[in-house]
Amino acid sequence: MESKWHENWEGFKAGTWSKKVDVRDFIQRNYTPYEGDDSFLAKPTEATKALWQQVLVLMKEERERGGIWDLDSKVVSSITSHDAGYLNKELETIVGFQTEKPFKRSLQPFGGIRMAEAAAEAYGYHVDPEVTEIFTKYRKTHNQGVFDAYSDEMRLARKSAIITGLPDAYGRGRIIGDYRRVALYGTDKLIEDKKEQLATYKTTMTEDVIRLREELSEQIRALKELAKLGEIYGYDISKPAKTAQEAVQWLYFGYLAAVKEQNGAAMSLGRTSTFLDIFIKRDLDAGLITEEQAQEYIDHFIMKLRLIKFARTPEYNALFSGDPTWVTESLGGMGMDGRPLVTKTSFRYLHTLDNLGTAPEPNLTVLWSRHFPQNFKEYCAKMSIKSSSIQYENDDMMRETHGDDYAIACCVSSMRVGKEMQFFGARANLAKCLLYAINGGVDEKLLIQVGPKYRAVTDDILNYEDVMAKFDDMMEWLAELYVNTLNVIHYMHDKYCYERIQMALHDREVKRYFATGIAGLSVVADSLSAIKYAKVKCVRNENGVVVDYEVEGDYPKYGNNVDDVDNIAVEIVSKFMNKIRKHQTYRNGYPTTSILTITSNVVYGKKTGNTPDGRRQGEPFAPGANPMHGRDSHGALASLASVAKLPYGDAQDGISNTFSVIPGALGKDDQIFVGDLDIDLCDCTQSACQIPNLTEGIEKE
Amino acid sequence: MKGYIHSIETFGTVDGPGIRYVVFMQGCPLRCKYCHNPDTWQMNTGQQMEVEEVLKGFYNNQSFYKDGGVTVTGGEPLMQIEFVTELFKYLKQHQVHTALDTSGITFSEKTKEKFDELIKYTDLVLLDIKHIDPKGHVELTQQKLDPVLAFARYLSDHQIPVWIRHVVVYDITYKEEYLYQLGLFLGTLNNVKAIDVLPYHTMGIVKYQQMNLEYPLKDTKETSKDDALQARNIVLKGYRESRRNRM
Repeated sequence: MESKWHENWEGFKAGTWSKKVDVRDFIQRNYTPYEGDDSFLAKPTEATKALWQQVLVLMKEERERGGIWDLDSKVVSSITSHDAGYLNKELETIVGFQTEKPFKRSLQPFGGIRMAEAAAEAYGYHVDPEVTEIFTKYRKTHNQGVFDAYSDEMRLARKSAIITGLPDAYGRGRIIGDYRRVALYGTDKLIEDKKEQLATYKTTMTEDVIRLREELSEQIRALKELAKLGEIYGYDISKPAKTAQEAVQWLYFGYLAAVKEQNGAAMSLGRTSTFLDIFIKRDLDAGLITEEQAQEYIDHFIMKLRLIKFARTPEYNALFSGDPTWVTESLGGMGMDGRPLVTKTSFRYLHTLDNLGTAPEPNLTVLWSRHFPQNFKEYCAKMSIKSSSIQYENDDMMRETHGDDYAIACCVSSMRVGKEMQFFGARANLAKCLLYAINGGVDEKLLIQVGPKYRAVTDDILNYEDVMAKFDDMMEWLAELYVNTLNVIHYMHDKYCYERIQMALHDREVKRYFATGIAGLSVVADSLSAIKYAKVKCVRNENGVVVDYEVEGDYPKYGNNVDDVDNIAVEIVSKFMNKIRKHQTYRNGYPTTSILTITSNVVYGKKTGNTPDGRRQGEPFAPGANPMHGRDSHGALASLASVAKLPYGDAQDGISNTFSVIPGALGKDDQIFVGDLDIDLCDCTQSACQIPNLTEGIEKE
Repeated sequence: MKGYIHSIETFGTVDGPGIRYVVFMQGCPLRCKYCHNPDTWQMNTGQQMEVEEVLKGFYNNQSFYKDGGVTVTGGEPLMQIEFVTELFKYLKQHQVHTALDTSGITFSEKTKEKFDELIKYTDLVLLDIKHIDPKGHVELTQQKLDPVLAFARYLSDHQIPVWIRHVVVYDITYKEEYLYQLGLFLGTLNNVKAIDVLPYHTMGIVKYQQMNLEYPLKDTKETSKDDALQARNIVLKGYRESRRNRM
């Protein structure tokens, strides 16, 4: 698509972006890095305070009503299904809710009608019988499709929870639409572009071609509906945004359309702050708005993101420890040209934690680089200490793979915005897999044959070589079954619950990551270390199934920067990943794995029996790639160093480490500690005299 | 050379500037009533480690420590002064910042030679003055105050930068006259770079229970932050007064 310059782009530097869809090019040519401090930031306006007060009241009411304020049980949610909804139309600078009322949850049955019904029932609502009829009699859902195709083995693996959390009854999420495109181009240009993509696409009608042609048509339809969504709220978003407020609003409409259509496990936002900064700066420089107004737009935008809600079942909430939406926004990072992608609006986003108070959503994620301006590093540290609400990821590492316009979906999954997407794949329970290896495929809790009937361990004392060989075979089986199960899921999701608007905000040729995941890594590493370096005795039940282990002696534990055991963890990750790579993936997805069970580690632990590291059955696993609780005895750095050894190349979908620290352990309380004696009474410029403070540990360039 | 090590903390942020590798040495002659590490008292126990082994842990994470360094604490690290000296000597030769957290209790004319060697490699001393009153000091720690003050003077004479640490405990050190006295004394030194007034906390109780020891301060409340601030101001008042008199 070669397009003409649009008058609403006045003031922007032209480039590839003004001829074809290329948001990164627009950012690179037009953004202004900010190296200053946080002193420019504005306090919340009266409107912001009033609106937030209203939200707090609604939150309280929601809790009082048992977790749901209201739920739509009749109208099936689509981009245009509901009328406009407001908190207070007069005060809101950024508008739009998923239904016609804030806090009212929408009905989304395309993932699975039973899930939608169960979610409603759990809170005393009943899905309209007509809707149930339509979605059982006339319209198949993703969930039904999956179970039509599942093999018996897949059902059993799911039941025993050796593979868990599969998105076979709910939306897979983890796809980030490039919502910025709506603001930069308006829907007309995007539709025009998609039409051209369809017109120029292959016509040899193989299954692949037919599917994509149909999808492109769906995308065009979705973009038209998106324009209508704008109209419902009184905006014409067919043209590029003309002002900062419009840019925020257009972008939010794009996102809103996605969450009206998809109840995905993670509905992440992308990387929007530096993009929006360009529009905000244009208006500020022209004297059209003040800093207070700029902050107000961001405050109101973030407020909307905090109010994204889905109807989910109590079981779902148990798996994810709450009701997360994973509205992840990626901030900062460095450009390929060495300029930091930190702008004033990166500060403004983090500043919402002050203006609106702290909150887990949106999941503000700083793509951290050692090359950041010192002021931004200090501001991040300050806000982290204040709010405990900021996530950090290593930009210096991910930039090598994804360049400088990628974002995080969910908690760690990285992808280039609008160019890459992911098929979310939950995770395989490797701790259970190890137990299957020992018991020849018999589940230690269900006491039935789940895995293949390989030879079980017959020794009383576990032998490392023997267990490793058996574990290797069992992982081979698991990897194949896992990939095949996911193939079924993603095929059906595309077929019955396709992410039309999100994919409409992608290029036509998209790189698809085929994500898998590992749960229980530290349990496996410690178990194998115990077998290798201590003595692990099997305790068998009357049928000869090993149900417990007695550990004699000590062994090196993962989390203390000891290679003996850390290398086992590294080996397991690489081995499992290589086994995953052996199999054909749906749509030729690029296989990756993650080690990131941030919350579901509790549920996985519940479903796993005693393990050879001495962990008792039911005890939670450590979250993500964390060492097991209490086993890291050498302090934070040793613990982090163990995790850092895991090979990113073999866990490209991300490695997470949940790290809690009390403020007192981060440095001196500067109120009580007096380090100004030098300034006061003597002179001293040596390093040893310098006052430690909260930012002391931040790496200086 | 081998030393008896109680434990190692790889992420120390309160025992000197920056992020530090903190080595807890085993053994202490003091029996401070508020001690929160009674498990470091006993001599000749704990893990025996070579200087090289201790250094290995530091070098494994060295990039984190570039604005920090190594702190040796305890227990009373100077019960094993030769070990500390060898460790610091190596670190200093490799431009690593060294800090020593000590009560100075082992300092005497007899041991002075060893101290002369040690301070060649010591960038900073975190000096714990437990109690400024001689009687109070014995009562609190079961050891005399004199060596501590002599050590402070010695460090001042040799211009070794010092951070003073002082724990304020109700009914023991939280008294205006003591705090003021402490300030006056500190004012006579030429090397005090910081004063760290630490409010007494009860986090050590668990360890006493684990070791079946009676906790000596079971009736004493934790010092509030406000009172610690108050204490700090009194110490500072004495310090300034003393400095002014000397000018």
